[in-house]
Amino acid sequence: MSGLDDLDRAILNAAQEDLPLTHRPFAALAGRLGIGEAEVLARLHRMKQAGIITRFGPFFDAAAMGGAFCLCAMAVPRADFETVLTKVNAMPEVAHNYERAHRLNMWFVLATETPEGIEAAAEAIERETGLTVHRFPKLQEFYIGFRVAA
Amino acid sequence: MKLDRTDRDIVAALQGGLPLVAAPYAQVAAELGMDEAALIDRLKAMKARGIIRRIAAAPNHYRLGMVANGMTVWDVDDAQVAELGALVGALPFVTHCYERPRALPDWPYNLFAMVHGSNRDEVEEKRARIADLLGGACRAHDILYSTRILKKTGLRLRRKG
Repeated sequence: MSGLDDLDRAILNAAQEDLPLTHRPFAALAGRLGIGEAEVLARLHRMKQAGIITRFGPFFDAAAMGGAFCLCAMAVPRADFETVLTKVNAMPEVAHNYERAHRLNMWFVLATETPEGIEAAAEAIERETGLTVHRFPKLQEFYIGFRVAA
Repeated sequence: MKLDRTDRDIVAALQGGLPLVAAPYAQVAAELGMDEAALIDRLKAMKARGIIRRIAAAPNHYRLGMVANGMTVWDVDDAQVAELGALVGALPFVTHCYERPRALPDWPYNLFAMVHGSNRDEVEEKRARIADLLGGACRAHDILYSTRILKKTGLRLRRKG
Protein backbone atom coordinates (compact mmCIF):
# COMPACT_ATOMS: atom_id res chain seq x y z
CA MET A 1 0.00 0.00 0.00
CA SER A 2 2.88 2.36 0.71
CA GLY A 3 4.50 1.97 -2.71
CA LEU A 4 7.88 1.19 -1.17
CA ASP A 5 10.34 -1.17 -2.78
CA ASP A 6 12.82 -3.34 -0.87
CA LEU A 7 15.56 -0.72 -1.07
CA ASP A 8 13.23 1.97 0.34
CA ARG A 9 12.42 -0.37 3.22
CA ALA A 10 16.09 -1.10 3.89
CA ILE A 11 16.86 2.62 3.87
CA LEU A 12 13.94 3.40 6.16
CA ASN A 13 14.98 0.72 8.65
CA ALA A 14 18.60 1.98 8.63
CA ALA A 15 17.44 5.59 8.93
CA GLN A 16 15.72 4.77 12.24
CA GLU A 17 19.14 4.12 13.76
CA ASP A 18 21.29 6.98 15.00
CA LEU A 19 22.83 9.09 12.20
CA PRO A 20 26.54 9.75 12.82
CA LEU A 21 27.78 13.24 13.69
CA THR A 22 30.20 13.49 10.77
CA HIS A 23 30.63 15.73 7.75
CA ARG A 24 28.90 13.27 5.36
CA PRO A 25 26.60 11.23 7.62
CA PHE A 26 24.39 9.88 4.82
CA ALA A 27 27.48 8.47 3.08
CA ALA A 28 28.01 6.31 6.18
CA LEU A 29 24.41 5.11 6.04
CA ALA A 30 24.73 4.43 2.31
CA GLY A 31 27.98 2.53 2.86
CA ARG A 32 26.26 0.17 5.31
CA LEU A 33 23.66 -0.60 2.62
CA GLY A 34 26.21 -0.83 -0.20
CA ILE A 35 24.62 1.96 -2.26
CA GLY A 36 25.46 5.56 -3.13
CA GLU A 37 24.92 8.60 -0.91
CA ALA A 38 22.90 10.42 -3.60
CA GLU A 39 20.51 7.48 -3.89
CA VAL A 40 19.93 7.41 -0.12
CA LEU A 41 19.25 11.15 -0.05
CA ALA A 42 16.91 11.02 -3.05
CA ARG A 43 14.89 8.17 -1.57
CA LEU A 44 14.72 9.71 1.92
CA HIS A 45 13.59 12.96 0.34
CA ARG A 46 10.90 11.16 -1.64
CA MET A 47 9.65 9.24 1.42
CA LYS A 48 9.46 12.49 3.36
CA GLN A 49 7.54 14.22 0.56
CA ALA A 50 5.16 11.26 0.45
CA GLY A 51 4.53 11.45 4.21
CA ILE A 52 6.04 8.01 4.88
CA ILE A 53 8.70 9.75 6.96
CA THR A 54 7.02 12.25 9.25
CA ARG A 55 10.25 13.91 10.29
CA PHE A 56 13.99 13.32 10.03
CA GLY A 57 16.21 14.79 12.70
CA PRO A 58 17.16 14.78 16.36
CA PHE A 59 14.75 13.25 18.87
CA PHE A 60 14.91 15.71 21.74
CA ASP A 61 14.18 14.64 25.30
CA ALA A 62 12.31 17.52 26.91
CA ALA A 63 12.90 16.10 30.41
CA ALA A 64 16.69 16.08 29.91
CA MET A 65 16.49 19.76 28.92
CA GLY A 66 14.81 20.48 32.26
CA GLY A 67 11.36 20.34 30.69
CA ALA A 68 8.62 17.79 30.91
CA PHE A 69 6.23 15.55 28.97
CA CYS A 70 2.76 14.53 30.06
CA LEU A 71 0.18 12.30 28.41
CA CYS A 72 -3.28 13.81 28.82
CA ALA A 73 -6.77 12.70 27.89
CA MET A 74 -10.18 14.31 27.54
CA ALA A 75 -13.73 13.06 27.02
CA VAL A 76 -14.86 15.34 24.20
CA PRO A 77 -18.54 15.38 23.23
CA ARG A 78 -18.87 14.19 19.63
CA ALA A 79 -20.64 17.35 18.47
CA ASP A 80 -17.87 19.60 19.87
CA PHE A 81 -14.95 17.50 18.68
CA GLU A 82 -13.67 19.68 15.84
CA THR A 83 -14.06 22.91 17.84
CA VAL A 84 -12.15 21.46 20.79
CA LEU A 85 -9.54 20.00 18.45
CA THR A 86 -8.83 23.41 16.91
CA LYS A 87 -8.28 24.90 20.39
CA VAL A 88 -6.08 22.04 21.63
CA ASN A 89 -3.93 21.84 18.48
CA ALA A 90 -3.39 25.61 18.52
CA MET A 91 -1.31 25.20 21.70
CA PRO A 92 2.40 24.87 20.82
CA GLU A 93 2.84 22.68 23.93
CA VAL A 94 0.69 19.95 22.29
CA ALA A 95 3.28 17.74 20.56
CA HIS A 96 1.08 14.80 19.50
CA ASN A 97 -2.64 14.32 19.50
CA TYR A 98 -4.59 11.15 18.69
CA GLU A 99 -8.27 10.39 18.47
CA ARG A 100 -9.02 7.06 20.18
CA ALA A 101 -12.13 4.90 20.32
CA HIS A 102 -13.11 5.29 23.99
CA ARG A 103 -15.12 7.62 26.23
CA LEU A 104 -11.75 9.38 26.71
CA ASN A 105 -11.48 10.05 22.98
CA MET A 106 -8.75 12.71 22.68
CA TRP A 107 -5.23 11.76 23.85
CA PHE A 108 -2.40 14.25 23.55
CA VAL A 109 1.13 14.75 24.81
CA LEU A 110 2.17 18.06 26.34
CA ALA A 111 5.87 18.91 26.01
CA THR A 112 7.00 21.96 27.97
CA GLU A 113 10.26 23.57 28.97
CA THR A 114 9.56 23.34 32.70
CA PRO A 115 7.57 20.86 34.84
CA GLU A 116 5.34 23.80 35.87
CA GLY A 117 4.59 24.38 32.19
CA ILE A 118 2.56 21.13 32.09
CA GLU A 119 0.09 22.37 34.70
CA ALA A 120 -0.13 25.79 33.06
CA ALA A 121 -0.85 24.26 29.64
CA ALA A 122 -3.36 21.72 31.00
CA GLU A 123 -5.18 24.45 32.93
CA ALA A 124 -5.22 26.69 29.85
CA ILE A 125 -6.84 23.87 27.85
CA GLU A 126 -9.41 23.32 30.60
CA ARG A 127 -10.24 27.04 30.60
CA GLU A 128 -10.48 27.20 26.81
CA THR A 129 -12.61 24.07 26.41
CA GLY A 130 -14.49 23.75 29.70
CA LEU A 131 -13.47 20.07 29.77
CA THR A 132 -11.42 18.14 32.35
CA VAL A 133 -7.88 17.31 31.24
CA HIS A 134 -6.84 14.02 32.84
CA ARG A 135 -3.08 14.01 33.43
CA PHE A 136 -1.13 10.77 33.07
CA PRO A 137 2.54 11.65 33.66
CA LYS A 138 4.93 8.71 33.37
CA LEU A 139 5.99 7.23 36.70
CA GLN A 140 8.32 4.62 35.17
CA GLU A 141 9.44 3.98 31.60
CA PHE A 142 9.99 0.34 30.68
CA TYR A 143 11.09 0.66 27.05
CA ILE A 144 12.17 3.52 24.83
CA GLY A 145 13.68 1.95 21.71
CA PHE A 146 10.81 2.75 19.37
CA ARG A 147 11.42 1.32 15.90
CA VAL A 148 8.96 0.30 13.19
CA ALA A 149 10.05 -2.48 10.85
CA ALA A 150 9.31 -1.16 7.35
CA MET B 1 16.13 24.88 31.15
CA LYS B 2 19.65 23.46 31.19
CA LEU B 3 20.49 24.95 27.80
CA ASP B 4 22.59 27.99 27.11
CA ARG B 5 21.76 30.44 24.38
CA THR B 6 23.75 28.60 21.69
CA ASP B 7 22.15 25.25 22.58
CA ARG B 8 18.72 26.86 22.42
CA ASP B 9 19.46 28.26 18.98
CA ILE B 10 20.58 24.82 17.83
CA VAL B 11 17.45 23.13 19.20
CA ALA B 12 15.27 25.79 17.57
CA ALA B 13 17.07 25.32 14.23
CA LEU B 14 16.68 21.52 14.34
CA GLN B 15 13.26 20.97 15.88
CA GLY B 16 11.67 21.00 12.45
CA GLY B 17 14.23 18.42 11.30
CA LEU B 18 17.67 18.07 9.72
CA PRO B 19 17.98 18.99 6.02
CA LEU B 20 18.28 15.95 3.75
CA VAL B 21 21.49 17.07 2.04
CA ALA B 22 24.95 15.51 1.83
CA ALA B 23 26.48 17.77 4.50
CA PRO B 24 23.50 18.62 6.74
CA TYR B 25 25.49 19.82 9.76
CA ALA B 26 27.53 22.19 7.60
CA GLN B 27 24.31 23.68 6.20
CA VAL B 28 22.71 24.14 9.63
CA ALA B 29 25.97 25.55 11.03
CA ALA B 30 26.08 28.11 8.22
CA GLU B 31 22.49 29.15 8.98
CA LEU B 32 23.47 29.62 12.63
CA GLY B 33 26.70 31.46 11.80
CA MET B 34 28.83 28.75 13.45
CA ASP B 35 31.37 26.42 11.98
CA GLU B 36 30.48 22.80 11.39
CA ALA B 37 32.95 21.38 13.91
CA ALA B 38 31.56 23.60 16.67
CA LEU B 39 28.01 22.52 15.88
CA ILE B 40 29.00 18.84 15.85
CA ASP B 41 30.74 19.26 19.23
CA ARG B 42 27.60 20.85 20.66
CA LEU B 43 25.41 18.05 19.28
CA LYS B 44 27.77 15.41 20.74
CA ALA B 45 27.56 17.10 24.14
CA MET B 46 23.75 17.21 23.95
CA LYS B 47 23.73 13.50 23.14
CA ALA B 48 26.02 12.74 26.08
CA ARG B 49 23.63 14.66 28.36
CA GLY B 50 20.63 12.75 27.02
CA ILE B 51 19.07 15.88 25.50
CA ILE B 52 19.26 14.24 22.06
CA ARG B 53 18.28 10.57 22.13
CA ARG B 54 19.21 9.94 18.52
CA ILE B 55 19.17 11.56 15.09
CA ALA B 56 16.89 9.50 12.91
CA ALA B 57 13.77 9.14 10.81
CA ALA B 58 10.33 9.13 12.43
CA PRO B 59 8.21 6.97 10.12
CA ASN B 60 4.47 7.32 9.81
CA HIS B 61 3.50 3.76 10.72
CA TYR B 62 0.02 4.19 9.24
CA ARG B 63 1.61 4.79 5.86
CA LEU B 64 3.71 1.65 6.35
CA GLY B 65 0.62 -0.49 6.64
CA MET B 66 0.68 -0.63 10.45
CA VAL B 67 -2.85 0.71 10.46
CA ALA B 68 -3.98 -0.91 13.71
CA ASN B 69 -2.56 0.93 16.68
CA GLY B 70 -3.75 -0.09 20.13
CA MET B 71 -2.92 1.51 23.44
CA THR B 72 -3.38 -1.43 25.81
CA VAL B 73 -4.03 -0.41 29.42
CA TRP B 74 -3.85 -2.63 32.49
CA ASP B 75 -4.78 -2.39 36.16
CA VAL B 76 -1.80 -4.14 37.72
CA ASP B 77 -1.14 -4.74 41.42
CA ASP B 78 1.11 -1.87 42.57
CA ALA B 79 3.45 -4.26 44.36
CA GLN B 80 4.17 -6.09 41.09
CA VAL B 81 3.97 -3.34 38.47
CA ALA B 82 7.72 -2.62 38.33
CA GLU B 83 8.65 -6.26 37.78
CA LEU B 84 5.80 -7.01 35.36
CA GLY B 85 6.18 -3.70 33.50
CA ALA B 86 9.78 -4.61 32.71
CA LEU B 87 8.62 -7.96 31.26
CA VAL B 88 5.91 -6.32 29.13
CA GLY B 89 8.34 -3.63 27.95
CA ALA B 90 10.76 -6.34 26.83
CA LEU B 91 8.21 -7.97 24.49
CA PRO B 92 9.42 -7.36 20.92
CA PHE B 93 6.09 -6.01 19.70
CA VAL B 94 5.63 -3.45 22.50
CA THR B 95 6.93 -0.08 21.30
CA HIS B 96 6.28 2.05 24.40
CA CYS B 97 5.57 0.89 27.96
CA TYR B 98 4.97 3.11 30.99
CA GLU B 99 3.60 3.05 34.51
CA ARG B 100 1.23 6.03 34.93
CA PRO B 101 -1.09 7.15 37.73
CA ARG B 102 -4.70 5.93 37.83
CA ALA B 103 -7.53 8.47 37.61
CA LEU B 104 -10.11 6.82 39.85
CA PRO B 105 -12.97 6.17 39.61
CA ASP B 106 -12.98 6.68 35.81
CA TRP B 107 -9.64 5.18 34.99
CA PRO B 108 -8.30 2.23 36.99
CA TYR B 109 -5.33 1.45 34.71
CA ASN B 110 -1.71 2.04 35.75
CA LEU B 111 0.29 0.22 33.03
CA PHE B 112 0.22 1.43 29.41
CA ALA B 113 1.74 -0.62 26.54
CA MET B 114 1.54 0.49 22.90
CA VAL B 115 1.03 -2.28 20.34
CA HIS B 116 0.97 -1.93 16.53
CA GLY B 117 -0.09 -4.33 13.79
CA SER B 118 -1.30 -4.49 10.23
CA ASN B 119 -4.83 -5.30 11.44
CA ARG B 120 -6.80 -5.53 14.67
CA ASP B 121 -6.63 -9.34 14.85
CA GLU B 122 -2.86 -9.07 15.00
CA VAL B 123 -3.09 -6.45 17.75
CA GLU B 124 -5.62 -8.57 19.72
CA GLU B 125 -3.34 -11.57 19.54
CA LYS B 126 -0.51 -9.47 20.98
CA ARG B 127 -2.83 -8.13 23.66
CA ALA B 128 -3.70 -11.71 24.67
CA ARG B 129 0.00 -12.48 25.07
CA ILE B 130 0.37 -9.53 27.45
CA ALA B 131 -2.71 -10.73 29.40
CA ASP B 132 -1.10 -14.17 29.77
CA LEU B 133 2.09 -12.61 31.03
CA LEU B 134 0.32 -10.47 33.64
CA GLY B 135 -1.95 -13.31 34.79
CA GLY B 136 -3.64 -12.82 38.18
CA ALA B 137 -1.72 -9.60 38.91
CA CYS B 138 -4.01 -7.82 36.42
CA ARG B 139 -7.50 -6.94 37.66
CA ALA B 140 -8.89 -5.26 34.54
CA HIS B 141 -7.73 -4.20 31.11
CA ASP B 142 -8.85 -2.39 27.99
CA ILE B 143 -7.54 -1.37 24.59
CA LEU B 144 -7.92 2.04 22.93
CA TYR B 145 -7.51 1.99 19.17
CA SER B 146 -6.37 5.20 17.56
CA THR B 147 -8.76 6.28 14.85
CA ARG B 148 -6.99 9.44 13.64
CA ILE B 149 -3.69 11.28 14.02
CA LEU B 150 -4.78 14.79 15.00
CA LYS B 151 -1.32 16.35 15.38
CA LYS B 152 2.27 15.14 15.29
CA THR B 153 4.94 17.80 15.50
CA GLY B 154 7.33 16.79 18.28
CA LEU B 155 8.84 19.26 20.68
CA ARG B 156 8.44 22.96 19.91
CA LEU B 157 10.25 25.57 21.96
CA ARG B 158 8.55 28.90 22.36
CA ARG B 159 10.97 31.53 21.08
CA LYS B 160 12.35 33.77 23.76
CA GLY B 161 13.45 37.34 23.00
